[in-house]
Amino acid sequence: MRRALLAIVLLALSALAAAQVLQFRDEAEEARFRALTTELRCVMCQNQSLADSNAPIAKDLRAEVLRLMREGKSDDEIKQYLVERYTEFVLYKPQVEPTTWLLWFGPALVVLVGAGVIAGIVRRKAKQAPDAPPPLDSQEW
Amino acid sequence: MRRLLPLIAFVALAVLLFAGVRMNSGKDTSAIPSPLLGKPTPAFSLPVLGDPQRRVGNADLRGRPYLLNVWGSWCPTCRDEHPHITALAKSGKVRVIGYDYKDTPEDAQAWLGQFGNPYEFIVADEDGRAALDWGIYGAPESFLVDANGVVVWKHVGAIDDTVIREQIEPKLMQMGAAR
Repeated sequence: MRRALLAIVLLALSALAAAQVLQFRDEAEEARFRALTTELRCVMCQNQSLADSNAPIAKDLRAEVLRLMREGKSDDEIKQYLVERYTEFVLYKPQVEPTTWLLWFGPALVVLVGAGVIAGIVRRKAKQAPDAPPPLDSQEW
Repeated sequence: MRRLLPLIAFVALAVLLFAGVRMNSGKDTSAIPSPLLGKPTPAFSLPVLGDPQRRVGNADLRGRPYLLNVWGSWCPTCRDEHPHITALAKSGKVRVIGYDYKDTPEDAQAWLGQFGNPYEFIVADEDGRAALDWGIYGAPESFLVDANGVVVWKHVGAIDDTVIREQIEPKLMQMGAAR
């Protein structure tokens, strides 16, 4: 009984501690904050988002993001603010610009090249096909 | 020839990947390059450690190049770095200014008492708010700023003799030539 009580008290305390870190005005603000911070990358532990990280700098940056939100800054403005200080490292989704064109459009390029190759093969085969199937021993594959 | 095509494709891919690995080996890929390079230092005004009435900002630091060394008494790597920073400061090659990051004045003073204080002075950023403008995300970090207040170099992690010899000193030479 005592232990259960202790557990409940500890649980309540930890919930209180977590709540004290950042206070949201309403659910909409919290939802926007969550969405924004999961799109931002923690600068210290770079495999975590700003929302997930426990690094001290992530805590500071979360507080800063909330402060900027309350100043009426848009999501893009907040991202720009962080990029100006910490470069595009902080963005999980890099901006579309000449240096990232290959990253953004590279996959489409590869698909196009592949489609071109397949089209070439199909056309060549189609040209051969109307006559007669080639003798088996001439096939390499 | 057609039979060799897959092998050629495989070798080409292997060479590409190997080159990628080689290009990044030995580099700290987790270090974020500073967007401040070539730009003026961010506007700041911070109290001086041990003399909180006195505040220092960008304008006060113009005129001579300086190395801003970010440290904290909570930072173990800073202890390893400290002898090298001390040697650099004693050499007189550049002003060395401390940036006490997310620290209490008491802890900072105790740390300096133990390891020595080579800094011309130290600005204290207790809550780490000003550090965000500098793009600081840990300690140690160091910035080299020229006489016009432009950031010319940033290093994330400990400075050692190799970094001083191969990176800081050439930058100082360039600045000397530019003046």
